[in-house]
Amino acid sequence: MKTSLLAAALGCMLLFSPIGATAGALDGFAGAKGTLKIAGGTAHIPVMKEAAQAIMSSNPDVQITIAGGGTGVGIKQAGEGLVDIGNAGRKPTDEEVSRYDLHMVQWAIDGVAVVVHPGNPVKALSGEQLRDVYAGKIANWKELGGSDKGINLYDRDETSGTREVFLKNGLKDGTVAKTANVVVSNGAMKTAVAGDPYGIGYVSVGHIDATVGPVALDGIVPSVATVKDGSYKVARGLYSLTKGPASGLAKLFLNYLLTPEGQKIATDKGFISVL
Amino acid sequence: MSRLSAAERALQLTTVCCGLLVAAMLVLMLVLAWPLLHSGQLLSLIGGDWQPAAGRYGIAPMLAASLLLAISAVLLAIPLSLGTAFAAVALAPPFLRSPLMLCVRLMAGIPTVIYGFAAVFALVPLMRQWIGSGSGFTLLTATLVLAVLIAPTMIVFFVGGLRAVPQGYSLAADALGCRPVDKLLYLLLPQAAPAITAGIVMGLGRALGDTMIGLMLAGNSAIMPDSMLSTGRTLTSHIALVIAADFSSMEFKSIFACGIVLYLLTAALVAILRRTLPLPATARP
Repeated sequence: MKTSLLAAALGCMLLFSPIGATAGALDGFAGAKGTLKIAGGTAHIPVMKEAAQAIMSSNPDVQITIAGGGTGVGIKQAGEGLVDIGNAGRKPTDEEVSRYDLHMVQWAIDGVAVVVHPGNPVKALSGEQLRDVYAGKIANWKELGGSDKGINLYDRDETSGTREVFLKNGLKDGTVAKTANVVVSNGAMKTAVAGDPYGIGYVSVGHIDATVGPVALDGIVPSVATVKDGSYKVARGLYSLTKGPASGLAKLFLNYLLTPEGQKIATDKGFISVL
Repeated sequence: MSRLSAAERALQLTTVCCGLLVAAMLVLMLVLAWPLLHSGQLLSLIGGDWQPAAGRYGIAPMLAASLLLAISAVLLAIPLSLGTAFAAVALAPPFLRSPLMLCVRLMAGIPTVIYGFAAVFALVPLMRQWIGSGSGFTLLTATLVLAVLIAPTMIVFFVGGLRAVPQGYSLAADALGCRPVDKLLYLLLPQAAPAITAGIVMGLGRALGDTMIGLMLAGNSAIMPDSMLSTGRTLTSHIALVIAADFSSMEFKSIFACGIVLYLLTAALVAILRRTLPLPATARP
């Protein structure tokens, strides 16, 4: 009786263990050996870390190091051969591609949606209105067709990749008023906006659910579909670059990111799959 | 010197190791912040404001928010803790005293993040309504929760001090016809003063060092707070918010400035305590 219970428990553990689930996609790493150095964009890091962990726990002979530094560092270090894979939060320019002989793989899309409380009547903003709201020039919901209440701004910490996209493509490099509340993650942003009837914030599109109301920007409602077809513009591709065609461990790693398991890691971290 | 047993030696060794560890941390921080110290940037960092876009990485707003939050939380926690300690030692009916202390110890064991999480859902909307404008994430919100958080630490110190007053004094006071309140005010309180001060300083240290409450409730705007109803970012929150950045950036260096300031503040607190006060009654030989 005891042994059969134990066996059943072990069976359950195997069935649900992440290693068991990804074994197929990781088969290519069998017999692989060596070190893989990755650096660059900070938005990529959570996905890179989780993928690296899955790979290293299935094959202890592979060592993967992951550093940040930002997109610029990713392109430069990959181009100069200092790292095997450089991560970039934008498409490298033609000049960069030709100078360094860069080859790129886009493995996810990062879209950022403006969100308000689901009960807020303001459901659409123009790009200019959004910039004025975040700059503090529009400070009352009345000016946008809502109730006569002050607008509570929510912002992310300066190292957030989501913030980077929002500032660049959403605010067109506009400013954020210094009085904005700062929260530390997409989850915390959702909690804050969901609890604040007069708040406005932004989250990765993959994080939108019923607790917050997405705001259409210039007439386009942010969703996984509109980000994928390119009509919603506050988005960017997540790229990984290699100098010359990817080979060896780098190639195995990038292939893994494009398997269903790799893509699941990306969607779990709030990105949109490219498959 | 007298001979020490093996156990005493082991304890001595542990103490020395702990002390060295603390010193080593300071050395590590100094080494990492050396570029700042060397170029004389540290002072401008401590005095300046935070505008990374304009190349200004000062931590003055965070320092102000930290001090404001910690000091007001302690001021709020003092009456709360003193009252609870009085009740637990002298004023409450005897059968209530040990359940009361049980509650206090239980509160001391609840993780900070639980307080923060509960307050985000329960206190923040209330504060938003009560203040009438803004998001409800204010220094005052954080202060209220932080006061509750540090109270158990202070209560335990206070109760220890009050209980250490010799029984004979208490009997003598009773014989003189003192009411419990008189006994508390004129005998127990003055006798326990060192322990009470120690409790307050411990509370202040905890309030300064706490991260989650400020991070979850104070709003984290890197602006100089102009009132308790404004939002603010504490030094510890600042470290938590900036930690993921690039190692060679000024942002990263500035968090070491935060670390040094926190370290020195705490060290100064302990030093002041040691200089101005005799040892707590409980620690006297």
